[in-house]
Amino acid sequence: MAELAVETRDLTRVFTQRRRIFRRRNAENGGAEGPVTALNGVGIEIRQGELFGLLGPNGAGKTTLIKILATLLLPTSGVAKVAGFDVTRDTFQIRTRINMVSGGETSGYGLLTTRENIWMFSQFYGVQSKVAKERVDALLHTFGLWEKRNAKVRTLSSGQRQKMNMIRGFVTDPSIFFLDEPTLGLDVNASRVIREYVKNWVQTEEDKTVLLTTHYMMEADEMCDRLAIINNGQILAVDTPANLKRRLKKDTTFRIEVDPLKDVAVFKAIRGVKNFSLTSDGGSSLAKLTFILEDEAAVSDIVSEVVRQGSRIHYLQKSEPTLEDVFISMVGRSLE
Amino acid sequence: MTTTVNPVTLNLRAVWGRAYVRIVGANREPSWIFFDGILPLLGIAAYVFIYEGFFRGISTPEARAALNALVGFVVLGGVMIAFWMNVLWSMASQLYWEKEMGNLQLYMMAPMSRLALLGGMAIGGIFMTSVRALVTLIAGIYVFGVHFTLANPLLLLAVFFVTLIALYGMGMMFASLYLLWGREAYHMSALLEEPIFLVSGFYFPIGAFPQVGAWGRAIAIGGSIIPATLGLDALRQILFPATTASFQFLDVQTELLLLVVLAVVFLILARHTLGYMEMLARREGRLTARHQ
Repeated sequence: MAELAVETRDLTRVFTQRRRIFRRRNAENGGAEGPVTALNGVGIEIRQGELFGLLGPNGAGKTTLIKILATLLLPTSGVAKVAGFDVTRDTFQIRTRINMVSGGETSGYGLLTTRENIWMFSQFYGVQSKVAKERVDALLHTFGLWEKRNAKVRTLSSGQRQKMNMIRGFVTDPSIFFLDEPTLGLDVNASRVIREYVKNWVQTEEDKTVLLTTHYMMEADEMCDRLAIINNGQILAVDTPANLKRRLKKDTTFRIEVDPLKDVAVFKAIRGVKNFSLTSDGGSSLAKLTFILEDEAAVSDIVSEVVRQGSRIHYLQKSEPTLEDVFISMVGRSLE
Repeated sequence: MTTTVNPVTLNLRAVWGRAYVRIVGANREPSWIFFDGILPLLGIAAYVFIYEGFFRGISTPEARAALNALVGFVVLGGVMIAFWMNVLWSMASQLYWEKEMGNLQLYMMAPMSRLALLGGMAIGGIFMTSVRALVTLIAGIYVFGVHFTLANPLLLLAVFFVTLIALYGMGMMFASLYLLWGREAYHMSALLEEPIFLVSGFYFPIGAFPQVGAWGRAIAIGGSIIPATLGLDALRQILFPATTASFQFLDVQTELLLLVVLAVVFLILARHTLGYMEMLARREGRLTARHQ
């Protein structure tokens, strides 16, 4: 059995509100400001050489988990180990072996060139200057940023900047790489370059491990060897993307697009409906619904209900389950 | 999964990596010549014109020597102001700005020592500011016609470098404290700027304070906690020995000794406050995150 790159047991992180003399009342909770449980008893095992995904909506606890593993945050309770070292005690040993890149990162100095900026960060990991410069040049070519090597960082576009951030992470040759929504807000081309490089890196380099957090289903499906679905600080399932989708094989997925509905909660009560999600189409006034059905016969009741509410069906399709459907069946809402 | 890193090599590389930003990056834009080289001369010129006004029409050798010393005091004050401003705005508040820029969490995640990071900032800052201070010094010699007496260059260098170590040690200590204070850091620097100009004797010898009574002595002693105060007084005594006797605060040897003590104390405190800041950052999860 392969050695574990990351291991957590019953990991919990609770954020307490800071005390302030003049506290603004929070309208949503009637003024009470209690602790927030970002992670609740999380247990995962990531093997060396694995590209492991953490899939969940905003606020699910993905970034908190990565920050604990990257030694930036202490757990409230439980155990977290990276490369066999404890995150609370063995920070130096862990830090020499890891790196992290987050989506939308604005790190670095605008006055430095792309090349200088990456080199500077490599020095904080003790990489020999000559080796660092060779790596930087090679990675600049790979990520299609060679033309911008002498451009000041402040002149880079967000896509170019994120590619630079990725090079910053890879230049230290980490054993374990944490990627927190690395393609957030990037165009298709920049996202594709990053995904392909990360996937290739794990496959070709020996014993390199990646923990990728994302809320892009396609990204998780395409890249990850295994996935954990996380919601409200709890891990709901861990498996390969194929196995997760297989869990829904006995269920049926229907997607429909209808005119806006008065009441969608009523669908939950229809017999045979396991779960459903509603997403409005930003470009039109149509409501998009995805149903996970335990009994296909429920379709006629759904259609009847739509008609009863005076709405019109514009589109109806039975489809193969996707990771999105897996998520909906577990959480009861879409990731978007 | 084995990775071996020599901590000494690692930290030396980290120091150079962070210093590089200031040494190369900060001098990349020629606008610094105007903002950091020429503009500070205006403040110095104002005092020079006032002192020259006092001595207008008096041309005895004693009066000329006194005027030269006074103008020299202001020029030296201008040199030290450059370092003080760098410590205040580019050392003390730097971790706060790093946090806002999104760099701090990357620094905290790196295996280097936190002191190496601040040490790199300090070395880069000293180099960058030395270039600016040199502009002030050259202007003092060629524009304002100041004559310095260089009787003991070794002592001069010792006082200068110990002052800088103590001054930047103080900046390193403030860096963590400013981070804890959050957005008040900016106001804190602004608040500390002018009063320090007064109590440190940037524009006049600190030895003048005790001559105006007990409260003046208290200000001089209180101001001595800032290394620039003692450093400046010692430098003036070394460079203008004949005219500073009547304005001497402490003798040069005592001031050098006190500066060494301050340097050690500030560096030790900086190490502890950095450790405390990191512990707090990991426990509360907000100090390294932007906009919190």
